[in-house]
Amino acid sequence: MDQRLDRNRFTLKEKSGQRCSQRPPSTRMLLLWLAPVLFLILFYLYPLGSILSVGLSRSLGGAISTFRQAFASAYLWRVAGFTVWQATLSTALTLLLGLPGAFLLARYEFRGKGLVQVLASIPFVMPTLVVAAGFNALLGPRGWINLAAMSWFNLSAPPIHFVNTLTAILVAHVFYNLTIVLRMVGDFWSHLDPRISQAAQVLGANRWQTLWRITFPLLLPAIAAAALLVFIFDFTSFGVILVLGGPRYATLEVEIYYQTISLFNLPLAATLSLLQLGSTLGLTVLYTHLSRRLTRPLSLHPQRQTQRRLVSGRSRILATAFIMILLSLQITPLAALVARSFLRAGGDRRAASVIAPQFTLQYYRELSINQRAALFYAPPTTAMAVSLAYALSTVILALALGLPAAWALSREPQQSAPIVATANKLLDPLLMLPLGTSAVTLGLGFIIALGCPPLNLRASPVLVPLAHTLVAFPFVVRSLTPALRSIRPRLRQAAAVLGASPGQVIWYIDLPLVGRAVLVAAIFAFTISMGEFGATALIARPEYPTIPIMIYRFLSQPGALNYGQALALSTILMLVTAGGMLAIERFRIAEVGEF
Amino acid sequence: MNPPGLQLTGIHKSFGDKQALQGISFEVSQGEIVALLGPSGCGKSTTLAIIAGLEAPDQGQVAWQGASLANTPPNQRGFGLMFQDLALFPHLNVAENIAFGLRMKNYSPANLKARLKEMLELVGLPGFEGRDVNTLSGGEQQRVALARSLAPSPRLLMLDEPLGALDRNLRERLVFELRQILTQMHQTAIYVTHDQEEAFTLADRVVVMNAGMIEQIGPPPEIYRQPASIFVAKFIGLTNILPAHARQIGDRTYLELPIGELPCDQKLDGPVTVLLHPQGVKVNGGTGSQVEGVVTSRSFRGNLCRATIEVNGITLEFDFFSHDHLPGIGEKVGLSFDPRLAFQVLRR
Repeated sequence: MDQRLDRNRFTLKEKSGQRCSQRPPSTRMLLLWLAPVLFLILFYLYPLGSILSVGLSRSLGGAISTFRQAFASAYLWRVAGFTVWQATLSTALTLLLGLPGAFLLARYEFRGKGLVQVLASIPFVMPTLVVAAGFNALLGPRGWINLAAMSWFNLSAPPIHFVNTLTAILVAHVFYNLTIVLRMVGDFWSHLDPRISQAAQVLGANRWQTLWRITFPLLLPAIAAAALLVFIFDFTSFGVILVLGGPRYATLEVEIYYQTISLFNLPLAATLSLLQLGSTLGLTVLYTHLSRRLTRPLSLHPQRQTQRRLVSGRSRILATAFIMILLSLQITPLAALVARSFLRAGGDRRAASVIAPQFTLQYYRELSINQRAALFYAPPTTAMAVSLAYALSTVILALALGLPAAWALSREPQQSAPIVATANKLLDPLLMLPLGTSAVTLGLGFIIALGCPPLNLRASPVLVPLAHTLVAFPFVVRSLTPALRSIRPRLRQAAAVLGASPGQVIWYIDLPLVGRAVLVAAIFAFTISMGEFGATALIARPEYPTIPIMIYRFLSQPGALNYGQALALSTILMLVTAGGMLAIERFRIAEVGEF
Repeated sequence: MNPPGLQLTGIHKSFGDKQALQGISFEVSQGEIVALLGPSGCGKSTTLAIIAGLEAPDQGQVAWQGASLANTPPNQRGFGLMFQDLALFPHLNVAENIAFGLRMKNYSPANLKARLKEMLELVGLPGFEGRDVNTLSGGEQQRVALARSLAPSPRLLMLDEPLGALDRNLRERLVFELRQILTQMHQTAIYVTHDQEEAFTLADRVVVMNAGMIEQIGPPPEIYRQPASIFVAKFIGLTNILPAHARQIGDRTYLELPIGELPCDQKLDGPVTVLLHPQGVKVNGGTGSQVEGVVTSRSFRGNLCRATIEVNGITLEFDFFSHDHLPGIGEKVGLSFDPRLAFQVLRR
């Protein structure tokens, strides 16, 4: 299998005619790495190193004993085991639902497909706390379904226990990561030359044989990459498990948070972090390796060549039914969230037997009021301003660092000096490391490393944007690099021969072609920052909470008003992120040419 | 004689341990159209890339009017290059693609518009300004690419198998049109192709390349009448190549060939390789036929019909006009050889 793929890649490389290299292979490309590498050393490697040294040495019994204690503890193994278990289950379920969906979206053209794609991709950018709040509004004790059941069957207590179950975690994870499969596998699939399958069918393979022997092997890198990414996200999932799983279902991530915030047991937290880090690093390196195979500039065909219409009645019904299931999973929690944030429902008083939904703006009005008038309780409007400022700083930082890195990475190895090629090869996985490092671990690293000299940023307002940039960085680089790489060298050469100087080539060819990717990267950075919870939960100063922190505070307090405000704030955050997504989609559609 | 233009002197280039070019030298005068003809992988495209400045030669020099271009980057050479895969900018429309080079040369808006209009008319695409290049047909894209490379009036235009992807009919029409456009504009051009018909139709002179070296340079009729080497003869479709021994008897040369001993007008001596050129061979020449053979097969090719004729166990191929009388299979035919034209000595 591997061999076949390798050969495939080789011939494709050859075809793209990249023998023609740039004139003098320059080492100046190395300069592009300066800022990104410096950033990663200071704000990633240094904090992680600090975790390592704390994990190993600060405990009383010396270097080894923390490890021995920790690993001897059955509790710890239970936590680690559950982390793997829920991630595996979640990934399997996501693939089960995602692959047929990817097939439908990739190979068929139907009315409303654009809308389906947009709707299906909304959850992915939704902050974990919005997702948690959404499922709470749908299936929680005060959620729609329980309210309805209580009123119809005259129950005094909510009949469905969804919150604090494994099911809740799994459902939320599938909800969250389905888009990854739809997008990564679907995109790749839709650009796959249908003539390859046709050739197989002409040679006598039936549809299933074609799928199994031709399409599946060709898709495998995309499927594997998508599955790995989903697994990594599920493995390091924090907000969903903290809010929906409850105390019974602690994963490594949640445990690190408890040990740090509640018990202030930094050595144990550090040990847990190392365990977490080790397992995700391996997965991430693997992911980087796999995702590299997904850029094959010339093998991809514009979608309109590859798509058919749904013809037979049966296939139409099947497709419609499947898409309905997909969308109901993807949309109802968010719809429930929005609806619940505007309505005062009878269930808000425990004894109510009838739902008497009443339209109200109270939850939104209360957002600007500092209920507690306490020092550490800023009103939610402050949280909005803080979040916005952090997000904009993150966009600027992430692009400033991500563009040069992606630029360097996008150069073909043959085109650059050997030292640059080597640097690219070594630094590419390094860039992806933050992706394989859980947000909570990053937060912990910041607390340990940046809270004291020589680099004391504990009180600095840049601390949170720095952490957010670290989280957004891999996404920014990952969305920029393929776009930069897919600009065929021929186009640059054509421009140069037509009289464009190297600067003009960048301005007239690279930038317009890359513009979309830059915009996408910026919005990625923005939404990631707006919704980031794991790292922020550890490092944000109490008087400057972000929106997700505020939602968590509201959700973890009793009372109808707090619940309502959590939902109102979640709705606002949801609309902001959904708006960003729609902007991307609109821009994509307006773009000329599908290369 | 046209003023001198491009000079290539002793160009060597290798990729890794693969020798792509080994001592390429030729010249292109201004206003001249030169075809680089050779099989794929012979180094034609690499030669173009070196002339364009996209590749640097390991050895040798590219010069324009005697001045070396070694330190001139591609964008300052004033050359045009039409790529085999066209490389149209996918994010720009037809007008923006064609105007790209003009914009780089800072044309005023009025001049730019005028030139754009002129170019669109030249390639027969008026009204296509706003079209998305991704929606054009192959022939239309090819025209846009041609207009784009012609627009900035390059002092040298290079075309890298520009018609390769098109079907035969369209290709034949476009070759003719291309010749008209290029001569009409007195465009100095290098045309790379592996198709000898294209090269012969288009070029004033043809450079035949093989395995990174030049086999022969000359105007199309000369290449056809006097191919210099076995490779050239075979590449342009002349296959009757035989070993011979030349002997001088008095002031005449006799060639000892496997098919018999024949007189030849050229002064030769010793072992040689000889092409029996169809232009000097008459089949069924009636009286005076020197050699007899038997037709062993025929294949119909439209206007022409190719017959294989066996002489003394040697198989020769000859074309007949289909509307003439065709000898049937098994029929005996006589061959006569014009001592002046029939024998072309080939380099190995």
